[in-house]
Amino acid sequence: MNELVALDGISVHFHLGGGGFLGGKPRILRAVENVSFAIGEGETLALVGESGSGKSTLGNVVAGLQPPTAGTLRFRGRTLDRATWPQARRSIQIVFQDPFGALDPRMPVSAIIAEPLRIQGIGTPAERRARTAALVEQVGLPVDALNRYPHEFSGGQRQRIAIARALAPDPALIVADEPLSALDVSIQSQVLNLMKELQERLGLSYLFISHDLAVVNHLVDRVAVLYLGRLVELAPRQLLFDRPSHPYTQALLHAVPRIGRKRARGQTIKGEMPSPLNPPPGCVFHPRCPKAQDVCRTTAPILEPAPGRAAHMSACHFKE
Amino acid sequence: MSATTATAVPRTEAAIGPWRLRWRRFRRHRAGMASLVVLLLLALFCLAAIPMQHVLGMDPDATDLLARFDPPSAEHWLGTDEAGRDELIRLMVGGQMSLLVGLLATAVGGIFGLVVGVFAGYFGGRVDALLMRFTDGMIALPLLPLLIVLGAVDLTKLGFSSEFARSGAAGFWRIVIIIAIVDWTAIARLVRAATLSIKERDFVRAARASGAGPLYVMPTHILPNVATPIIVAFTLTVGRVILFESVLSFLGFGIVPPTPSWGNMLNNAQELVTTAPALAVYPGLLIFVTVIAVNFLGDGLQHAFDPRSER
Amino acid sequence: MTRYILRRILQALLVLLVMSFVIYSLIGLMPGDPLDIMLASNPGATPEVVEHLRKLYGLDQPLMLRYLRWLQDALVGQFGYSRTHSLPVLSVLVPALIQTCKLMIISFIASVILAFILGILAALKPGGILDGVISLFAFAGISVPVFWLALMMILVFAVKLHWFPASGIATVGDGGFRDQALHLVMPVITLALASTGGFTRYVRASMIEVLRMDHVRTARAKGAAEWRVVLVHAFRNALIPVVTIMALSFGVLFNGALLTETMFAQPGMGKMIYDAILGNDFNLALTGLLFATVVTLLSNLVADLAYGWLDPRIALT
Repeated sequence: MNELVALDGISVHFHLGGGGFLGGKPRILRAVENVSFAIGEGETLALVGESGSGKSTLGNVVAGLQPPTAGTLRFRGRTLDRATWPQARRSIQIVFQDPFGALDPRMPVSAIIAEPLRIQGIGTPAERRARTAALVEQVGLPVDALNRYPHEFSGGQRQRIAIARALAPDPALIVADEPLSALDVSIQSQVLNLMKELQERLGLSYLFISHDLAVVNHLVDRVAVLYLGRLVELAPRQLLFDRPSHPYTQALLHAVPRIGRKRARGQTIKGEMPSPLNPPPGCVFHPRCPKAQDVCRTTAPILEPAPGRAAHMSACHFKE
Repeated sequence: MSATTATAVPRTEAAIGPWRLRWRRFRRHRAGMASLVVLLLLALFCLAAIPMQHVLGMDPDATDLLARFDPPSAEHWLGTDEAGRDELIRLMVGGQMSLLVGLLATAVGGIFGLVVGVFAGYFGGRVDALLMRFTDGMIALPLLPLLIVLGAVDLTKLGFSSEFARSGAAGFWRIVIIIAIVDWTAIARLVRAATLSIKERDFVRAARASGAGPLYVMPTHILPNVATPIIVAFTLTVGRVILFESVLSFLGFGIVPPTPSWGNMLNNAQELVTTAPALAVYPGLLIFVTVIAVNFLGDGLQHAFDPRSER
Repeated sequence: MTRYILRRILQALLVLLVMSFVIYSLIGLMPGDPLDIMLASNPGATPEVVEHLRKLYGLDQPLMLRYLRWLQDALVGQFGYSRTHSLPVLSVLVPALIQTCKLMIISFIASVILAFILGILAALKPGGILDGVISLFAFAGISVPVFWLALMMILVFAVKLHWFPASGIATVGDGGFRDQALHLVMPVITLALASTGGFTRYVRASMIEVLRMDHVRTARAKGAAEWRVVLVHAFRNALIPVVTIMALSFGVLFNGALLTETMFAQPGMGKMIYDAILGNDFNLALTGLLFATVVTLLSNLVADLAYGWLDPRIALT
């Protein structure tokens, strides 16, 4: 599989006031810390973590909405910087969680879908109209949707409009930031099927951000697990679900209700995620980890292959 | 199951455009509708001066010292003022001045406030801090004294010729500009707050992810979505500006006589109160009616635009 | 909290400093020149004398330098002499400031009380007849030109009915408490009416919102008397936003006070500044405007702090 997008040592820090005139101590929120991974052509990578794990921030970095504090981003082998981003933008699009906030209520659907084309200056107005009409059908909406406004559509239909917009400039990668979690369960599978279908037809790659491992199981090739801004495990889906290596992933999987398996006791995660303003020393997971030893409190583990599985990366001193 | 099975909602009665909906809601606001009618009538009243001047040859500046303080008659429907000028035509022409100043100063100050608010809200950070400190400073000022000082500024000291400084045009633009200078802060704050909330919405982020810069996002996404509060704020500003104009002209720092405005027609009102009280009543009453109608109109618009204000 | 107060005071001082420069420059742009006025009373002055005087008063210096010199004096309380009064500026200004504060405070209290009564009555039955009448009154208060309201008061109560004196603060040869009070009645009513409109609308809106809230409805459901529900449960919660807005408006009252004083010939700050500008009394106008700014800044500051103090949910950082 050819590499499409690669992240290399990406960190995102936010300065939360302070340090200025009459101010107190400067406070730094470390939303993402030294994350590296790659997405292949036509691959779907899931980015999984609790809220506050930095997964959306990382998604924003890939979509070009958030410049990283450190690290580089490569697209088809070229490092993305101020000069190269503009061309890459049409190839990387984003779909958001909330279908109600994602569409400008003052714009008709035709203008919403054609917007990336207009911004990028792709095609003539007539060509854009034709493309818009084709896209509407492709995502399963009637053609007369074009002249209507977002408030006339349901949540699932709006998400289809948002997907059509993302498809407009013929992208290679779509960052899907929890695209299902705001939808009814019955609608979720429809949208998920649409995304699968589009992937098969168009050869798309997805960076699929989710807090829900169960959803991920249906769609993805590989899974990246994020905890407190750090990548703790990265593995092909089957390996990760069958033999999770990191204690955090194990706990996450135990939280997923599955038919035919008893929920093991003592395996659920205790406590809450610490504040990214003040991460624990050593391995950031140690205050909640059932396996924590002294080494975990002092030394941060690095992401390495699990024993006997080269493709299964895990950041734990006691990985399985 | 195919993804193409989703059915569209049928077009229902509820799916009418947002502006039609608002107009419906506005029509139900009785005071707002009445005000709209009153304002249209007032505008007609003021504009009627133009045919009266050109067709009937009535001159708002024609003095007649033999006919000072004449009571209402067939020739002068509302009588004459202290220089024997026809009061009615002066009220009409003065109204044009007052309304024109109200609209122009609101437009100039409003657009300035709009630009400041959008930039402060969109860029945030230092730009925001700087612009908002500036706005806070303006808000903390005593408006009327400041307006009076600005009104008293000698234009020749700013490099204008003395002919221009004395001309009626200078007086007119001076008052438009000084009112605009002091009355843009409310709109700037409002627009900033609205921009702050809209720029983080996902549709703006989607546009930015496609490579849209601020010059695309501001007119395409931000302005249409802040239009609602701005229209209401502009309306209320018109009322306030008309009051400012009247005060300044009354105190002698605004529209320069002999050009009439509702404010400067009250210049001598303190003496008139004893000699010809009617002359002290008419211009003020027109200002009062205009401003109260503008304020009720603003209230009606607010009601029409705010879905929560259902009664 | 202390840091917040400190920062607000610092900000206010900064605004004051910037404003003093702006006002200083603007005053310099007003018609005439201190020297022209001085020379008008001494037509025999030769060009050499004029030049000498110009140097003596530092008028040949650039604006910034003159401003800094003025600031130096102002910081130690030296605001110069008033030309029209031939007195130190402060001895003209202080009595005027006291007069204005008297008018503003009495009117403010009157309008706050009136606004609470009207606002609560209107909120009891939104959309009812009483609400309509009170709303009309409130809109009238916002919309009326203050100077014209003063004129109409004079026309009706002084010229036609002879109930109150039309101008001044006391009758010559009387000046007793009753006489002074009578002179204050119309200015106070005018100024109070002008600000009651806005206040009433705030009280009404705030009360309507609170009366809809759950704890008020619970009190009602428990069978509390209606007056108790309104005055104890609702009113207390409606108070916070209203008080803030009212305190913020205290500064705005200054505009009205200026006009009211001018109309009723009351020797306050407004009339003083107005006369000083008309009479080219630069020092007095400058200092008067500066004190007006101080009054406005102070009331805003107090409003901000009162808000933080009344509403513990607002973290002052």
